[in-house]
Formats: sequence, C-alpha cells, structure tokens
Amino acid sequence: MLRDWKNLSLLGALLAVVVTVVASHWVFSSTDALRPGALHLFACCPSPKGTTPADRATAALDYFIFHVPKMLLLLGLVVFGVGILRSFFTPERTRKILAGRRQFVGNVLGALLGVATPFCSCSAVPLFIGFVSAGVPLGVTFSFLITAPMVNEVALVLLLGMFGWKVAGLYLGTGLLIAIVSGIIIGRFKMESHVQPWVHKVQAAAGDAGAAITTRQRLRYGWEAVRDIVGRVWPVVLVGIAVGAVIHGYVPANAMAWIMGAKTWWGVPLSVLVGIPMYSNPAGIVPVVSALLDKGAALGSVLAFMMAVIGLSLPEIIILQRVLRPRLIALFVGIVAGGILLVGYLFNLTL
Amino acid sequence: MKTLQILGTGCAKCHLLADHAQAAARALGIEFELQRVTDLQRIMEFGVMVTPALAVDGQVKASGRVPSVEEIKAMLR
Repeated sequence: MLRDWKNLSLLGALLAVVVTVVASHWVFSSTDALRPGALHLFACCPSPKGTTPADRATAALDYFIFHVPKMLLLLGLVVFGVGILRSFFTPERTRKILAGRRQFVGNVLGALLGVATPFCSCSAVPLFIGFVSAGVPLGVTFSFLITAPMVNEVALVLLLGMFGWKVAGLYLGTGLLIAIVSGIIIGRFKMESHVQPWVHKVQAAAGDAGAAITTRQRLRYGWEAVRDIVGRVWPVVLVGIAVGAVIHGYVPANAMAWIMGAKTWWGVPLSVLVGIPMYSNPAGIVPVVSALLDKGAALGSVLAFMMAVIGLSLPEIIILQRVLRPRLIALFVGIVAGGILLVGYLFNLTL
Repeated sequence: MKTLQILGTGCAKCHLLADHAQAAARALGIEFELQRVTDLQRIMEFGVMVTPALAVDGQVKASGRVPSVEEIKAMLR
C-alpha cells in the first residue's frame, strides 16, 4: 500500500516536471509574442516612457508579475536536474578522481568537477580537509573550491533563460578560467605550510563511495532537492525580483551607465568591492543583474558584480579561517578578485 | 541499544536530521542514545565530507542530506 503510494507520488513528480518544462517553454516563447504590448500587464517590460509615479509603479509591477512565475519555474526545473546530477558526482568520487593529479590537468579537472559537485558553503571546510588529507594537491583543491560556488548551476541556467546562451557561456567559460588559473598560481606558491597545522594531522577515513543507487532513487534525490532548495530559496528569489522591479521602475534609464558602465575605469572595481561582502543566493542576484543591465550597466561590470557576490563571500572567508592561515586566505581572495576584475575589464572593452 | 550520531557543525539541517532520527527510533520502539558530533576533527574521522551525516553504531549511513523518517527506520532495522 505504502509502496504504491510512493510510486504514485514519484509518477506525480515526473508529471510535474513535464508540465513544468512545457509551461516554462510556453512562458519563454510567449515573451516575445507579447512584447509589442498586446496584453499590457504581462508584456514585460518596456522601460517606463512617462515619468509619472503611476507609470513607474506599473513598470515595476509588470516586471515583478512577469518574473516571479518564470524564475520559480526555472529554478524548480534546474534544481531537479542538479539533484539528479549530484547523485552521480558525490564528493567521495570527485576526491578519488582528483587524488594525486598533477598540476594543470588536475586544475582543469578540479574546476570542471566543481561545477558538477555542488555543495553548500557550510561544507567547504570538511571538503577542503577531506581533499587535502587524501592527497589532492592544494592548488587543485582550490580550483575545485573556487568554481563550486562561483560557477553556480542555478545562476548559469537563469542566465541562459534571461539572456541567452552567449552570456551564460561567457559566465561559465570565464568562471572556469579564473578557477583554473587561480589554482595553478596557488599551487606554484607552495602554500602548504599556510594551512592550519591541525589539518595535516587529521587522518580522514576513506569514507565509503556509496552503494550503487537505482534510477528511482536518483529521481527521488532530485525531487528532495527541489523541495529542500526551492522551499528555502523562494523568499530570496522574491526579494531579488522585487529589488529588480524597483530598479526597473524607478531608476532612470541609463543611470547605471554612469556607475557601472564601460566608460569609467572605476566601474568594475566598484562592482567587485560592493559585491564581495554581499552574500546572496544566486537565484536572488540574477533578477537584480537583469534589471541593472536594462539600465545601461555594462555587461563586464555586471558579470564582475555577480561573480563577486556569488564566488567570494564574507561568511565563507570566515569559515575558511579555521583551516587556512590569513596569508593563504589573502592570496585566495586577492587572486580570485583579480581574476574577476580582469574579466570585467575584458568584457567592457570588447563588447 | 543503538547509538545514533548526528555529524554536523550545527546547521539547521543537522537539527532536522536529529529530529528525524529520534522519530524513527521511537517509532520502532528501540532503545537508543543520540549523540551530536560537532567537532570538525571528529567528523573527519568518520570520513564524512558533506554534512549533515548520520551514523548508527559508528557506521555512516547517510551524508550530505536529510533522509526521511521512513528511510532511517530501514537503516535502523
């Protein structure tokens, strides 16, 4: 009886996914159809033409109403896929792949696996110790640790949905590049002695690689991830979209061109400086980014801002202090921030 | 008598896992002792890299997620 019920709910979950795919496809394809403004409320989102308070409020409300279902649908879909992906790339398996790898190849592999092996920042420290004590080189461990938060799969798919494959590809490519290069540099500096001494003493058990799991279990992991992550993150998404909506409605067009534009030399560093102490879920930051772009911010500055918010966060740095000495932390933050700056300038200059 | 150990540095999920584990053990009516392992060094000795994790009598049964009460029941049998 209970089994039947479980099968049924699984079927329901699958059905929900199919419906979600169809619905999100419909939402996206109808975006362009509606853009000329046939159905005004949902026709997102021409910049406010008038300057009356009513126009601004309408523009903000349009933005909000249009983006909430779209973002939530997308988020659910992505998280489901990632939950299934995660069941293939457990940290134990990743560690096995990376142990004893040489520089470069190891860094590239580490960065790629960082995208596929998501973890929350509270697990950064045990992961770090687990990797280092299993013989994964420090630089390779860093390549992994840098991509995992910075190239966030949720952000990636949301970017894909909102801006198309070019911006998403730029984000993925440059994020990987920063992680690979930073890892190689940290490896070169021979900073092993700047890991807190007790880490080397830990005799981490091998941990079991996990029994073989069935497809049905994988699907259930995906569903669990949706319930867990979407259940936790949806208020953040709403706040993000609300901030985006306010920017969309009330910030004059091109106001951002001055602050975050490509013309000034300080646009990129300012974006990074503002971004580092901010800690937001990627799902919350993408709508804000979208609104900033609308207002004339340059793509490079915006990407830099987003990477700084997601990839470098104050809480993470504080947690890392338990295993890394200040100099290594400073090197880590410095190199990653430098890489982000470079990416920002590069895109501002070339696009 | 079973020893249930909750490995984790005290995040919200660790508390949820502890609740689930207790509920499962009570439902089965077995005697148990619940321990919270919050020391990072000790957690590493279990070979766990992603918290929260559940160990029964010293054996890691699940890590990186919060299994449902039903699942934990199966682990305890």
